[in-house]
Amino acid sequence: MNPIVLSYTDLLIAAGLIVVLAALSLLLRLRVEGQLLIAAARTTVQLLLVGLVLQALFAHASLTWVSLMALVMLLIAGYEVMARQKRPFKGAWGYALGTAVMFISSFATSLFALLVIIGNEPWYYPQYAIPLLGMMLGNTMTGVALALDRLTNFAWQQQAVIETRLALGQEWRVAIRDSVRESVRVGLIPIINAMAAAGVVSLPGMMTGQILSGTPPMEAVKYQILIMFMITAGTGFAILLATWLGGRRLFDARQRLRLDRLK
Amino acid sequence: MLIMEGLRVREVTLDLVIEKGEIVCLSGPSGSGKSLLLRAIADLIPHEGRVIFNGEECAGMPAHLWRRRVGLLPAESQWWADRVGEHFSQSMTAELAALGFGPEVLAWQIARCSTGERQRLAIVRLLAQAPAALLLDEPTASLDQAGIGRVEELIRRYSQRRQAPVLWVSHDSGQVARVADRHLRIAGAGVEVVSL
Repeated sequence: MNPIVLSYTDLLIAAGLIVVLAALSLLLRLRVEGQLLIAAARTTVQLLLVGLVLQALFAHASLTWVSLMALVMLLIAGYEVMARQKRPFKGAWGYALGTAVMFISSFATSLFALLVIIGNEPWYYPQYAIPLLGMMLGNTMTGVALALDRLTNFAWQQQAVIETRLALGQEWRVAIRDSVRESVRVGLIPIINAMAAAGVVSLPGMMTGQILSGTPPMEAVKYQILIMFMITAGTGFAILLATWLGGRRLFDARQRLRLDRLK
Repeated sequence: MLIMEGLRVREVTLDLVIEKGEIVCLSGPSGSGKSLLLRAIADLIPHEGRVIFNGEECAGMPAHLWRRRVGLLPAESQWWADRVGEHFSQSMTAELAALGFGPEVLAWQIARCSTGERQRLAIVRLLAQAPAALLLDEPTASLDQAGIGRVEELIRRYSQRRQAPVLWVSHDSGQVARVADRHLRIAGAGVEVVSL
């Protein structure tokens, strides 16, 4: 079975629905038509550009180009992690912490999946490497941002409690233990929910896409399970590392709580 | 013996030697830096100068071991678990009784304790760590007369028995007269001696 190729006319028809929605918003004075149209335009332009990039990348499947693309994705994800925190760390730490953690975790799990599990030739072939890394980064980004945001916010709000625990002679890792535990939990909730609801409440997007393009459902399901496990493991490792490093950074060598290191 | 040498936080400098078993009261207008000085002695905030206890310098030992030895009682008591007993590492029946609590207090919920009860419990919690020196930041501010008397008695006995130097921040001149061996007051950038 071959996938049915969409023409640009098909897309225009779909775009017509958005225009109708915008017109309704104008008519009912809901004032979302501007945002709606801008977002629709952005999604069109951004995805077309990415399509062109991926097409070029597939045509020149060299390790250099794939690495470059991966690097750009990582740097953007690192910025997102910082931007989503209410009180990120000051200075280089604010950006470097999330980025480094995602680099270690997402790249390691993606490499593991490509080399050990999928094992195609060459292993960096962009058709597998880029979507896999994209899904890893996207989910890890959400998890790490949630966990770090929770950790730094918690430390900020619980300053008096943490300092009391320090004053009672607890080591920093004991004094911050409750916040680390809570942050890890908060960071992992989205992916745990996604695994629990997969197939029952929602059909995961990747699997749906594969089925739409003609892959037999059982093959699509196997890929989806693989991806889910990789994402969960990658997000979990990233969160553990991020909260450990973040927790350390909240204290100095004399185990003092240093909220002045947060913005 | 607790020695502060050129201990400096913000603009206040403290040079002070507290002998074994001696209680030194510290007073001064609010915002003058009393709490900051106590927190600096406990090494909870960055500071200049040296603090030495029984020949060992603060900077020379792991911070958590220093804080177990030099116990700080913050002005407001803080709790992290649901029940009182979860905050205690050992049984403190005698000390709890001295502050008017029976052993059943360990099962109480923190959320249902009054401010004064929490404050008295925080004092017992600090003593449960067996600190060899005490830094007390207005320990009786939220207590009634009976409670104040019990706390003063408990601290004085602890200090005598353990030969623990005590630095006690207090606004209450009556309390200073009752417990202090010496009285200091923060004045500008330094500390002046007040005669008892």
